[in-house]
Amino acid sequence: MADSKMHILVCGGTGCRASQSEQIVGDLKAELENRNLENDVRVITTGCFGFCEKGPVVKVVPDNTFYTEVRPSDVVDIVNEHVVKGRPVKRLLYKNPKNDYSVTTTSNIDFYKKQIRIALRNCGFVDPENIDEYIARDGYEALGKCISEFSPEEVIATVKDSGLRGRGGGGFPTGLKWEITRNVENEQKYVVCNADEGDPGAFMDRSILEGDPHSVIEAMAICGYCIGADTGLVYIRAEYPLAINRLKTALAQSREYGLLGDDILGSGFNFDIEIRYGAGAFVCGEETALIHSMEGHRGEPTFKPPFPSVSGYMGKPTNVNNVETFANIPVIINKGAKWFSKIGTEKSKGTKVFALAGKVNNVGLIEVPMGITLREVIFDIGGGIRNGRKFKSVQTGGPSGGCLTDKDLDTPIDYDNLIAAGSMMGSGGMIVMDEDDCMVSISKFYLEFTLEESCGKCTPCRIGNKRLHEILNKITKGEGTEEDLERLNVLSNVIKDTSLCGLGQTSPNPVLSTIKNFYDEYKAHVTEGTCPAGQCKDLLKYEIIPDLCTGCTVCFRNCPVSAISGERKSPHYIDQSLCIKCGVCYDKCKFKAIRIA
Amino acid sequence: MSKKVKSLADLKKIKSDVQQKMKLREQGDHAEQIVQIKVAMATCGIASGAKEVMEFIIEELDFKGVDAVVTQTGCMGYCYAEPTIEVIVPGQDPVIYGFVSRDKAREIIEKHVIQGEMIDGIIPVTHKTIDDEEN
Amino acid sequence: MDTIKLTIDNKEIEVEKGITILEAAQKVGVHIPTLCHMKLHDMGIENKPGGCRVCVVEVEGRRNLAPSCVTEASDGMTINTHSMRVINARRTVTELIISDHPFECLTCAKSGECELQDLAHDMGIREIHYEGEKSTYREDTSPAIIRDMDKCIMCRRCEMMCNEVQTVGVLSAINRGFNAVVAPAFEENLDHSVCTYCGQCVAVCPTGALTEVDHTPAVIRALSDPSKTVVVQTAPAVRAALGEEFGYEPGTLVTGKMAAALRRLGFDFIFDTDFAADLTIMEEGTELLDRLTRHLNGDKDVKLPILTSCCPAWVKFFEHQFPGMKDIPSSAKSPQQMFGSIAKSYFAEKQKVDRKDLVVVSIMPCVAKKYECSRDEFSVDGNPDVDYAITTRELAALIKLSNIEFKSLPEEDFDHPLGESTGAAVIFGTTGGVIEAAVRTAYELQTKKPLPKLDFDELRGMEGVREATIDFDGLPIRIGIAHGLGNARKLLEDIRDGKSHFHAIEIMSCPGGCIGGGGQPYHHSDSSVLKKRQMAIYKEDGAKKIRKSHENPYIAKLYEEFLGEPMSEKAHHLLHTSYFDRSTVFEQED
Repeated sequence: MADSKMHILVCGGTGCRASQSEQIVGDLKAELENRNLENDVRVITTGCFGFCEKGPVVKVVPDNTFYTEVRPSDVVDIVNEHVVKGRPVKRLLYKNPKNDYSVTTTSNIDFYKKQIRIALRNCGFVDPENIDEYIARDGYEALGKCISEFSPEEVIATVKDSGLRGRGGGGFPTGLKWEITRNVENEQKYVVCNADEGDPGAFMDRSILEGDPHSVIEAMAICGYCIGADTGLVYIRAEYPLAINRLKTALAQSREYGLLGDDILGSGFNFDIEIRYGAGAFVCGEETALIHSMEGHRGEPTFKPPFPSVSGYMGKPTNVNNVETFANIPVIINKGAKWFSKIGTEKSKGTKVFALAGKVNNVGLIEVPMGITLREVIFDIGGGIRNGRKFKSVQTGGPSGGCLTDKDLDTPIDYDNLIAAGSMMGSGGMIVMDEDDCMVSISKFYLEFTLEESCGKCTPCRIGNKRLHEILNKITKGEGTEEDLERLNVLSNVIKDTSLCGLGQTSPNPVLSTIKNFYDEYKAHVTEGTCPAGQCKDLLKYEIIPDLCTGCTVCFRNCPVSAISGERKSPHYIDQSLCIKCGVCYDKCKFKAIRIA
Repeated sequence: MSKKVKSLADLKKIKSDVQQKMKLREQGDHAEQIVQIKVAMATCGIASGAKEVMEFIIEELDFKGVDAVVTQTGCMGYCYAEPTIEVIVPGQDPVIYGFVSRDKAREIIEKHVIQGEMIDGIIPVTHKTIDDEEN
Repeated sequence: MDTIKLTIDNKEIEVEKGITILEAAQKVGVHIPTLCHMKLHDMGIENKPGGCRVCVVEVEGRRNLAPSCVTEASDGMTINTHSMRVINARRTVTELIISDHPFECLTCAKSGECELQDLAHDMGIREIHYEGEKSTYREDTSPAIIRDMDKCIMCRRCEMMCNEVQTVGVLSAINRGFNAVVAPAFEENLDHSVCTYCGQCVAVCPTGALTEVDHTPAVIRALSDPSKTVVVQTAPAVRAALGEEFGYEPGTLVTGKMAAALRRLGFDFIFDTDFAADLTIMEEGTELLDRLTRHLNGDKDVKLPILTSCCPAWVKFFEHQFPGMKDIPSSAKSPQQMFGSIAKSYFAEKQKVDRKDLVVVSIMPCVAKKYECSRDEFSVDGNPDVDYAITTRELAALIKLSNIEFKSLPEEDFDHPLGESTGAAVIFGTTGGVIEAAVRTAYELQTKKPLPKLDFDELRGMEGVREATIDFDGLPIRIGIAHGLGNARKLLEDIRDGKSHFHAIEIMSCPGGCIGGGGQPYHHSDSSVLKKRQMAIYKEDGAKKIRKSHENPYIAKLYEEFLGEPMSEKAHHLLHTSYFDRSTVFEQED
């Protein structure tokens, strides 16, 4: 029999590779060869499964067994038990955090149950370095159909009808963008793929490029056909070496197959793609800054209009879309606008990929239909809050998104609802916080990021955010006043109202939303000088409860600054003027004799 | 030889060629919706010819054009009745057959899988799978 | 012309399509404050990064406030430029800028001329509600320009001038966020860069971040030293602009009052760079004719076009950027250096003063002149030909410091022999002037006929690149003119690529020529000031009895008594120079 009976899919995404998935692939192949099973069982390196926290991830088909946290040392058991004897290796199965039961297949894992994978359809399924596998999954058929059967206008109409909106954060209707660029007359136009994913913790674009680079290439060619461009540029951050390599491999294969280059599929349409590297500045995700960076200038945004559609790269009409947006395109063409627009809400169609992180049980990359609620994402897919703590807030939209509360949990997620709730879709970061998180510190934390990543061009972002951060710092140190809270509000609103680009205009969102939703917590910091979540070190006081202290001297011996004194077998005492609030005594005390005031 | 794809039809031909090689994965992805046949492949099963039966089943299904997943599984505990196979038709309870020879296998595929009729040789189910435990 | 209708502060107006809200507002007498925005009308120079956000206005139906300097006015817009929301935002933004600015107004070189100060004043800011860390940078002092980036407000005007207008590319924003600042690459000092010291960054800086090096204390010291004979020379463009510092309308000539003021300041001899400009024409004009004759006689080694070399920033520019072409410009020194050279030889001998006891001060519209006079080749045994070059602005400060009421001064004359000049010398102060002066002399020397008409209108104007063909009695002489180094670059590239058809090219670094120099009174983005200064220069020329350099009797006397003839060996030694390849070598750090 020519075909193998079993495929073992090993995740080759950056996360899993970091925990030796490449070695697992090598060892599996060697072990199978040892047992002369190399013809029966194929080992395939795929893109990301999304469940990175549990990586390296290995999936066995056709029985669909899903192994997590696999080590190279587990390879022998997988071959011995599963391949030879057909018994899943139980210890490697995913355990449901709710009841600790092992789950064999992906379809039974909560993390995957509510997901609909369109943009990520091939991630974790195909070998990203093999164009044939992409073709087997309808790859390049959409491009073929577009250039041989449809006019550019018809394709644009399909994209418009699908209701697809930009997945990079702005949510601008993709079809409309294409149409505008198409309607600008110029001999030279460009298609740009924005792969400058900058939101901390978000990695959907990287995953798509690593796991399914051809989908982006195909979509860019379709876009080029629609707008009248023969050149595509992928602006990708240089810190994504694996994505760059996979993309390069994919580009070479597409050229070899004639799916890029001149006269594609005999249609007379020419298109090719170049790669441009970014140095990883967050602001270069903003399309005008991105274009300036590609042109060799300082990565700074400029005022729009003119929009890139009119005057973009080298002053030519340029259509900029993000990786995830592009990844949706071939599916829309193949399955139709109607099919796509059935998924989602009235104004936000299709799915969105989120990087779910923070204090949830299941952390990873998920793709869910628009309109799903935050509750479903956090409690079903995410498996609820870690360690049985209470949910406090969820921040969506990357560093400049707002922090939402339990009253927003049942809001269907889409572009408009998130904005109405005081946050945004952004590129799809989603960070869950529990009762132990101090919201003042959280907003300070996010602001630190925008502060670092601001280009410094406009005053409100350059100096305004600095001042906001200074005020927040004051508050977390217990030196804030009620006037400072008012000042935070006023300044945040001015920054929103006057900043040049999206980065500045959204940077105060964490501050504004936390002030609105957690005002009491702010107030406690400035009026009572306390941090209710017990996170602001300067506001904490470690005290020994004399009645519970046995005088065991453990705290005394462990204090790094000798702030604790006392006789053996009698209650000890912490000198507050010396204490650095490291919390070691609290952790070490076996008698719960130390309290945080 | 140039690998250039010259037309959409060309592309579709490549597609159908490679799809065969990926069938296992496609099936695995929606295993609940298609027929699954698990062949018990522990020492006892192999000794009784389970390996040959499994290969026969795969060929027969292919020959009859039935979309089904064939996997091996561990000992089901019916060592006296090897080779044993488990047949799962979507929407129905799993059924286990014992003493499955090539002829028996052909009959199971013809009657049970294609026509939906149970035939002789069913072993009553006494165990639970790991997935059941969860529910 | 397409027009649109919109409402600004309840006033309905109709304006041409394509203009910004800021420009539309100006048409109805609404002055929206700006800070980073700068436009020199009709000169193709504009800075509008839309970065300061001071000019924001409220546009009905728009989510956020619109920066009026970059937002195009569109039909049906309803704009409010002073709503509560706008005023709050504008004041907050201004307060933020000030919160990151040193409170050093009293001692700042820019005090009284600072646009941030004006803005704070106009908005009635009395308190800064935001305090926190301020940016601090190392002060960078070069021979001509001081960078005190603590005062930088990131308007990017200097960057625009340096890159887009001058194409020098020294200044650019570096770092990010709060640490962003405009600086040379790697935060190096200016004197380790290819900076030409043209001073256009200084001319447009709204605050005290970029200023000239102050040489007035040294001048005061020299003036109060009884052992020194202190002579002063004043560049042609100074007289057309100095009055502005004392409340005169731009374009008012104050030549006589300036001479009177210099005399009262205590200078021993009040001389004129214009004298040296006439001398320059004698040397440069002769060099032009020499190269031209050899060229016409078929000499393949001769380099044409000949380029003027009066402008020190231009000289440094081609030394850095086109070192392979350093034998193309005229070898004639600039008028400032010719003056210094003659003063410390011919004049010192006449006065029987040792050159070490003769101090030459020049009053220049230029900051690059400070650098020029510090160049090693312009000194003898460590004693510079020109000791100090101060700007028009510094002279005004000296006059004010010395309690001289400028407006009530009488009109006085320059001293002899180095104070006599012709109309040809005066027009050195504007773009096109040097070449017009050269043509007046070269024509007559070449054709041995008197010019029928002295005003060459075809060489005048404000276009960045101009060209004209002058008929030298049957011989067509093709002249090119560029002002602004970016324009000069275009002509140089043509020469390098063998595409240039000119015989002679005049280049001045500053837009408008010396009248727009980096040392002139601040024009505050008003290009009409430059045009008025230009008109004043031509007026001075027109009023002169002698308007051709070769007819200056004191020049004739100088050759007769001292130099022999133009391009003589002595003239060569004293009045000519050579250039250096600075493509890789930076000056050593002290």
